Amino acid sequence: MNASILGRRLLTHLILILVGLMFLAPFAWLLLTTFKTEDEIFVIPVQWFPSEWIWDNYRNAVQMIPFIKYTWNTIVIALLSVAGVVILSPLVAYGFSRIDFKGRNVLFIIMLSTLMLPMQVTMIPLYVVFNKANLLNSNWPLVLSAWFGTGMAFNVFLIRQFFNGIPIELTESAKIDGASEFRIYSQIILPLAKPALLTIGLFTFLGAWGDFQGALIYLNDQETWTLSIGLKQFIRENSVAWGPLMAAATLFTVPIIILYFFVQKKFIEGITITGMK
Amino acid sequence: MDRLKLHSGIKSRERKRLFIGLMFLSPWIFGFLVFQLYPIIMSLYYSFTEYNMFNPPQWIGLDNYNEMFRDDKMFSSLYNTVFMALFGFFPQLVYALVIALLLNQSVKGLSLYRTVYFLPTLVPAVAGSLLWIWLLNAQYGLVNQMLGAIGLPEPNWLMDENWTKPSLILMGFWGTGTITIMYLAALQEVPKMYYEAASIDGANKWHKFWHITLPAISPMTFFQLIMGLIGSFQYFSQGYVFADSSSQAIGGPGNSILFYAIYLFQNAFMYLKMGYASAMAWILFIIVLLLTLLIFKSSSKWVFYGGEK
Repeated sequence: MNASILGRRLLTHLILILVGLMFLAPFAWLLLTTFKTEDEIFVIPVQWFPSEWIWDNYRNAVQMIPFIKYTWNTIVIALLSVAGVVILSPLVAYGFSRIDFKGRNVLFIIMLSTLMLPMQVTMIPLYVVFNKANLLNSNWPLVLSAWFGTGMAFNVFLIRQFFNGIPIELTESAKIDGASEFRIYSQIILPLAKPALLTIGLFTFLGAWGDFQGALIYLNDQETWTLSIGLKQFIRENSVAWGPLMAAATLFTVPIIILYFFVQKKFIEGITITGMK
Repeated sequence: MDRLKLHSGIKSRERKRLFIGLMFLSPWIFGFLVFQLYPIIMSLYYSFTEYNMFNPPQWIGLDNYNEMFRDDKMFSSLYNTVFMALFGFFPQLVYALVIALLLNQSVKGLSLYRTVYFLPTLVPAVAGSLLWIWLLNAQYGLVNQMLGAIGLPEPNWLMDENWTKPSLILMGFWGTGTITIMYLAALQEVPKMYYEAASIDGANKWHKFWHITLPAISPMTFFQLIMGLIGSFQYFSQGYVFADSSSQAIGGPGNSILFYAIYLFQNAFMYLKMGYASAMAWILFIIVLLLTLLIFKSSSKWVFYGGEK
């Protein structure tokens, strides 16, 4: 290897490492803040490491606000959303991918074009409907929107791509034997689709876990708050409880990061599929 | 006679397939009718009414739309939104591409780098925004402490109306990991032989980038442009949290981070001006449609689809 190639490689790595540090520094700062005392949080010039590592911020994070309750609410909404999405989306995707009927393509184009629809357009009438149905301050507006809202088009599209990749021959013989479409779907196709279902399940979970705007619209009663809107309680009129707030933000984020490390490959795959036509 | 029978047999089979197909599609059909079509129509209707949820909607014709054109706050929210798209989204797109190009140099430790760049996109919007509010704290924040250490000016990021949008843009760069990963995947799909052929013809690095790489990944750029612009016009959570949490009124100092979607939300759910907010939503819809159409129309000039795949 000659010197100029070596030099370029080193330069590439140097840039990548520097950028990487810039991406990681906020995480480091977040974590280190959570172990500092109030005095050390507000010290100039900055002190990276706490002189004494304390857990008080985490205890306060959980006690200052109804943290457990908000976490529970968030989990319930996220899991209900995922459950509906992984049951409904593959059904629809199967119809679009494997059953040839008149008007299918037109419906498919209609579905894809709903991806462009801004949620602001549907948000007000849906709020009016949920209000009339007496469902405000419950999980249902958020859960039903996750099942049937714009996200559905996205999920169906993703699963359909996956179904299209399954060779026709695989289901041909079952069809000749007279198996119904639903049987073929549930016994042959669906078991194969597990990786794709995992992907949309993950994205749905992430979306529901971090959702802010929806929660802001539908959850006014503090009993029903999720973590996304509950965190603002650390912010008071004149002061912010930075230690506990950062600890709470950490607790809010950590489950997602753990999840990511478990299913990293699925995750990256899912994202790349989304981008590829 | 037989042909007629056969024909009706095909017909009935066709009808059966249609029925089965629609059965499979029924969750989407329900969702489309109830969660999209009905709300679209109602929102158009509300946009011609005055409606506060307590009284039935009152027809007022085009008044809401006329009011929009006299509403300075609406225009400044539109300005802020366009600003974010131009100076936030576009530079972030270029930045993500540059990082992806570096990662595509078949570097060692690719998966580690990729994880590092991707990690920030996993942080929930509210948690990330609160973290950045702390990082950008004028006195005790890490960013200003670093800037101060190397003798650079320390802006009052969150309170100075000239710096609030740059604050959000800075945070946006932190979250570009998804675009980077998508670009990287697109780059890895470019056939190696193109570059080899170009090398034989004596093309330099810059030529190769301009004439091979960029056209080859243009479908990805097309996708990112559409998704990014649609997203930019609905920019909400980060702006809302930034304004709300740095003990400011909604909109931040001088309404400098009052974005279109935030002002719309405020009209709908705080002022209960549902009619006006619906008119805003429709204008947003039209803007998004026009932009998408524009990108689609122009795409024949700059998006190239490869032969195979």
